[in-house]
Amino acid sequence: MASVPHDHSHDHAHDHDHHPLKWTRFFTTTNHKDIGTMYMWFSFAMFLSGGVMALGIRAELFQPGLQVVRPELFNQLTTLHGIVMIFGAIMPAFVGFANWMLPLQLGAPDMAFARMNNWSFWLLPPAAILLIGSFFVPGGAAAGGWTLYPPLSVQAGMGMDMMIFAVHIMGASSIMGSINIITTILNLRAPGMTMMKLPMFAWTWLITAFLLIATMPVLAGAVTMLLTDRHFGTTFFNAAGGGDPVMFQHIFWFFGHPEVYIIALPAFGVVSQIIPTFSRKPLFGYASMVYATASIAILSFIVWAHHMYTTGLPAAGQLYFMYATMLIAVPTAAKIFNWLATMWRGSITLETPMLFCLGFLFLFTMGGFTGLVLSLTPVDIQLHDTYYVVAHFHYVMVAGALFSAFAAVYYWGPKWTGWMYEEKLGKIHFWWSLIAFNITFFPQHFLGLAGMPRRIPDYNMQFENWNAVSSVGAFLFGFAQIFFIVIVIRMIKGKSGIRAAAKPWDGAEGLEWTVPSPAPYHTFETPPVVK
Amino acid sequence: MSIFENKIMLKKLIVFTAIMFAFGFALVPIYRKICEVTGVNDLLRPDQVKNTQVDKSRTIKVEFDANTNHLPWSFKPEVTAVNVHPGELTTVVYEVSNTTSRDMTGQAIPSYGPTQAAQHFKKLECFCFAKQDFQAGEKRLMPVVFLIDPDLPKDVNTITLSYTFFEMPGGKPAPNTAPAGKLEAKQTAALNAAPDARHN
Repeated sequence: MASVPHDHSHDHAHDHDHHPLKWTRFFTTTNHKDIGTMYMWFSFAMFLSGGVMALGIRAELFQPGLQVVRPELFNQLTTLHGIVMIFGAIMPAFVGFANWMLPLQLGAPDMAFARMNNWSFWLLPPAAILLIGSFFVPGGAAAGGWTLYPPLSVQAGMGMDMMIFAVHIMGASSIMGSINIITTILNLRAPGMTMMKLPMFAWTWLITAFLLIATMPVLAGAVTMLLTDRHFGTTFFNAAGGGDPVMFQHIFWFFGHPEVYIIALPAFGVVSQIIPTFSRKPLFGYASMVYATASIAILSFIVWAHHMYTTGLPAAGQLYFMYATMLIAVPTAAKIFNWLATMWRGSITLETPMLFCLGFLFLFTMGGFTGLVLSLTPVDIQLHDTYYVVAHFHYVMVAGALFSAFAAVYYWGPKWTGWMYEEKLGKIHFWWSLIAFNITFFPQHFLGLAGMPRRIPDYNMQFENWNAVSSVGAFLFGFAQIFFIVIVIRMIKGKSGIRAAAKPWDGAEGLEWTVPSPAPYHTFETPPVVK
Repeated sequence: MSIFENKIMLKKLIVFTAIMFAFGFALVPIYRKICEVTGVNDLLRPDQVKNTQVDKSRTIKVEFDANTNHLPWSFKPEVTAVNVHPGELTTVVYEVSNTTSRDMTGQAIPSYGPTQAAQHFKKLECFCFAKQDFQAGEKRLMPVVFLIDPDLPKDVNTITLSYTFFEMPGGKPAPNTAPAGKLEAKQTAALNAAPDARHN
């Protein structure tokens, strides 16, 4: 693809930039690119921490019986793996992309509230310290599952308090980030960029940010109630005092289901940018993509109790939530078909970002189908809390969000670093991840259908073979991500020897490709005009 | 776009966030109201009985279990099990005594095993319908009047009715007179019998 060879006389806008060079730069920076970069490194660090926890889980499950970790620690690992991956890895990764790319895509000089942006990032490391540190306090980390269900979460030790505070802090960070993103998108667009000319990544983030400010405060409320139940004698969730533990599940999933789309929608946005680029065709059905995204967001508020079929919902409630859940398949399918139609008769080339998007399409669709299976009440009652559910949400979370995050790094990485990544290594990373991912999670469908419960460190002999396969796959997948960081570092150091052109992908569209690569420290100080 | 407009947007979004935070707490009364209107999950109301036809062809064994949670009371049923026919009105008595030297208030929460028995187990009178005030050292016999709905699924032959007594918060604080070791052992026992109070 179009890229300029390494040339020392190449005049680099970067060199003329005003950079604060002191070590305090990262604490005080208000630059959206610095903050975006910090978000991404933070996210990767948390991704590795959560990954180590996952490997602890898989090592224990390699064989029946207890070998590697104590059951108490196993429960802590499953709990913290979930919360660290969702709040620490995936969400900050996409906030990082938003910080880096939204001003560039919109033709804005920076985010709307640059100082708040700094603050919303720097809230995250304390939260991470609380989460990881909770392993070392008496009683260990929270162990009742990332969903924090009472009564366990009311009875647990101080690790739970640390998790509750961490959720508060990360929630505040997300809310500030969202306010920033919404204001940037609505107020800072370049002249001429109407809402229906917004890049899809901006559209999906706009909708995601609204989901975040609508649901994060509800989660904050729920964990505040947990906290007061634990320490201040309230009985929101204590049956003896007139409370109800099931009510927590309702409040939690009122946040929790939109949260699923908070993770998925920016991923959809990334894919909607990349597939047209490498198909060399504009996105098929742009308007329908916008409407589909908005309908997914709205529907996500009215389906929460499909996570609670086994709590004794009345039959009418189960029917309602079943049909409402199935309805979400309609706009989601519209998006899948639009992506396929975008590729239809396009001049497709398979660079790494495109490969990850195709992997996303394939695996996310499978995860969507198992989701449809689980939406059926009678089936879900059978499969509830089995490995089938684990397989389902890893197909949508890992293959959905994570693969599209990888695609974004390969796609926009040249813009960030000024260097192309090494295509061959990127392709190895893709195939390695794809195969290892499926070795890990595909057998979990079988385990779940055979009745293996999740969140338990030991299991019946009959599940042995597929668990061993799954554990081997998990370690392969883990090593693939070490390889990924090697690729990224080599890209930053310019090991490919190929400087990235301002527009390294010939099919790419958008304002972000009109600035040089690497993007100068300050861009679009005078707004561009969009025709 | 000016900074002024950004600030207006900021204010709107902060107000929206605050409203959603309040909404999270508003879900508590909304949930209670929905449960009350639909009759779901109302633990404090006697059940309505429609079918009192006694089904002599079946005999169900009902077992009684009594636990306390963080509550140093003595709580036990006078009989541990009875055999009843579906539709037959039965009375059992529990013996409760406050073994501490302070006045306390407790609330019993029922739970059933197997869970599908819950909706067929009709309690007409129960000490669990109200908070129970106990003076220091007071001992009382408290009845439960129940019948089992003849619609009980055919494969259920044994039902366990398990009560857990919880201390009502806001009870008068008083020095804890129970020996520490004994209290701790009881707490552990209560925790092991994880109360499942969803079903009534």
